[in-house]
Amino acid sequence: MTRPILQVNRLSMEFGGIRAMNQLDLDVNAGEIVALIGPNGAGKTTFFNCVTGIYDPTGGDILLNPHGRKSVRLNGLKPNKVTEQGLARTFQNIRLFSNMTVLENVMIGRHCRTSSFIVGAIFRPLSTRREERETVERSYEILEKVGLAGQVNEFAKNLPYGAQRRLEIGRALATEPFLLLLDEPAAGMNPQETSELDTLITRIRDEGHAILLIEHDMKLVMSLSDRIFVMDYGRKIADGTPEQVSSNPDVIKAYLGEDIDA
Amino acid sequence: MLIPWQELKRSLLVSLWFVFLTFPIMVIKVDPIERVVQWRWDNMVFVAIGSFVVSLLVRVWFTQKERRRERLARSEAIERESLLQIILREPRYLYPLAAAVMVFALSFPFLFSTYQTNIMITALMYVMLGLGLNIVVGIAGLLDLGYVAFYAVGAYSYALLNLHFGLGFWTLLPVGALLAATFGVILGFPVLRLRGDYLAIVTLGFGEIIRLILENWNAFSQGPSGIANIPRPGFFGMALSLDQAISYLYYLMIGLVLITIFVVNRLQDSRLGRAWIALREDEIACQAMGIDKTKTKLTAFALGATWAGLVGVIFAAKTTFINPASFTFLESAIILSIVVLGGMGSIIGVIMGAFILILLPEYLRGLSEYRMLAFGAILVGMMIFRPQGFISTVRRTYHFEKKPNDE
Repeated sequence: MTRPILQVNRLSMEFGGIRAMNQLDLDVNAGEIVALIGPNGAGKTTFFNCVTGIYDPTGGDILLNPHGRKSVRLNGLKPNKVTEQGLARTFQNIRLFSNMTVLENVMIGRHCRTSSFIVGAIFRPLSTRREERETVERSYEILEKVGLAGQVNEFAKNLPYGAQRRLEIGRALATEPFLLLLDEPAAGMNPQETSELDTLITRIRDEGHAILLIEHDMKLVMSLSDRIFVMDYGRKIADGTPEQVSSNPDVIKAYLGEDIDA
Repeated sequence: MLIPWQELKRSLLVSLWFVFLTFPIMVIKVDPIERVVQWRWDNMVFVAIGSFVVSLLVRVWFTQKERRRERLARSEAIERESLLQIILREPRYLYPLAAAVMVFALSFPFLFSTYQTNIMITALMYVMLGLGLNIVVGIAGLLDLGYVAFYAVGAYSYALLNLHFGLGFWTLLPVGALLAATFGVILGFPVLRLRGDYLAIVTLGFGEIIRLILENWNAFSQGPSGIANIPRPGFFGMALSLDQAISYLYYLMIGLVLITIFVVNRLQDSRLGRAWIALREDEIACQAMGIDKTKTKLTAFALGATWAGLVGVIFAAKTTFINPASFTFLESAIILSIVVLGGMGSIIGVIMGAFILILLPEYLRGLSEYRMLAFGAILVGMMIFRPQGFISTVRRTYHFEKKPNDE
C-alpha cells in the first residue's frame, strides 16, 4: 500500500517548438492533499490538461494505480475514459452547464456510472427507473455535502460565484473519483468563502478522495496541503512539505525574482 | 407627457422611410392599356399613418419591457410566468385543454372539407419534422441545415423499394426510418469535431449532395422527372376512396405525432437527454464529466434523422409522386424556422411553430399577392417581440423532503 495512486514520470508536453512542460515528475498518495503551485504560465494547467486527457502528452508516463486494481496508463486516453478510471476535475474558469438546474449538473456527473440508453429512455423499464431514482438521490446527497441542497431547482447560472465553484466540485464528486483535481478552486473568492472551501476540501479528503489542487492563495495552500510541488517554466523546481517548500531559495526566487545585490 | 418627443420623432422618421420604400408599389400604378400612370396618393397617406402607429406601439412596448426589467433588477417586482407556462405546469388546466384539443383533432375530418384535412396532414408532418430536428438543434445544440436530406432518404426509400420490390407502406415505414438513421450516423461521423458555423456549412453541403445525387443519377432515382404512382398506405387490403384515404392518413399522422411527442418527451428527461443538453452547454466540461462525445452526438443525429425518415415515407405515400424539387434547402430552412420560432427545445413551442408556419401561408391566401409579404412581416414581428421563441424550455424540478434533523 505504498504505491502512489497517481504517478507521473518525466512528463513533457510540446506545442510546436514550445516546451510547456519539461520532464515533470509528480506523485499523489491515497488520502493526501497535494498542491501544485507556481507563477502564472508555469505550466500547471497544461499539466492538468495532460493528466485529464484534454492534451495528449508528447513524452513521459501518467500512471493511475487504483486501490486493488491493475494500474492504468492514462496517456492519450479520451477525457471521458479518464473520468471513468476515477479521476475528476474542475476548471479554472468555471465550466458549469449554465442552463441546467443545480441538481441536473450533478446528475450529469453520474452519467459515467449509469448505463441506460435509448431503449431505456423511451420505455423506462424497471431498471431505468431504479437507476434514475438512485441518480437523483445520490446527486441530492452530494448537494447536501457541498451545501447547495436548498437550490436544487435553481439554474446553475443564477448561483453566486462561490456557490458555482462548490457546484463544480460537487459535479466532479458525482463521478466517484478517487483522485480529485481542482484547478484554482479559490480564485475570486472572498475570505469567508475561502475558509468554507478549506473545510469542504478537508472533508472530501477525510471521505477517502485524494486531492491534487492548483492554487494561488498561499494561505489556503499552506494550511491544506500535505505536500507541495512547485513549477516554473514547465519544470519542477521543488517539492516537499509546506515548511520545506516555503524556505526553499529556488521557490522564493521564482516568486519574488532574483536578488540584484552583487 | 405619456410619449416623449424623441420617440415621436423616431416614429415619424420610420413612417417617412416606409412611405419612400413602398412608394413604387403602393402609389404608382401603370395602366398598360390606357398608357397612363395612376398616382394613388391616398395609399401613401395610409402607409404613413399605419407605419407611424405601428412603430409607436412597438416603441411603447419596448419601453414598458425595459422598465419592467429595471424593476426586476431592483427586485421590486417578482418574475411573472407567462400564462402559457402556468397552463402547461398545472395539470388541472393542462388535462382538460389537452382533452379538448384531442377531441377537436379527432373530429377534424368530419367537420371540415378534404382540402382542409389535407392541409392539416401537411401541418402534422411538419410537427414531426420539427420535433425531430428539435432533438438535434434544440436539445443537443448541433446546428443542422441539411435536415431535408433525411426526409428525402425516407421518401425515396419508400418510392424506390416499392417500385423495384413491390414492398408495402407498413413494411417500408420502419425501413425508411432506419435508413434515415443510418444516414444520420454517416453524416455524424465526419462532423464530430465541428461546431457552430462550420457544422452548419457541412450539413448544408450534405443536404445539397443528397439532392444533387437524386437529381442527376437517373438510373437510380429517375432524375428530375421523379417517381409517380406511389401507392397510398393500405388499410387491411381494403380499397379506399380518395376522401377515405386522406382521412385515414390524417388519423395515421395524429397517431404518429402522439408517439413522437411521447418519445421526445421521454428522451428529454433521461440520462441521454441530459447528456445532449450538457453537450450543448459546454463540450469540454461534458467530456470531463465522463460523457462519450462521439456516442452522444451520433445518437442525436441518428434519432433526429429517424423522424425525418418516417415523415419522408408518409410524404411519398401522401403525394403519390416525388421528385428532388421537394427536397430543396428551403425545406430545411422552414423546418429550422419552426424550431427557432417555437422556442428551442420546447415540445409545445415546436408544435405551435409548425402550425403557424405551415397553416399561416395557407390561410393568408385571401391576401393573394401580399400573402408572403404578410407572412414575412409576422415572422419579423415574432422575432422582435419574442426572440426566445413562443415558449422557452422549462427544466424539470425535483422536490425533496427535508430531513427533520437538518439545521
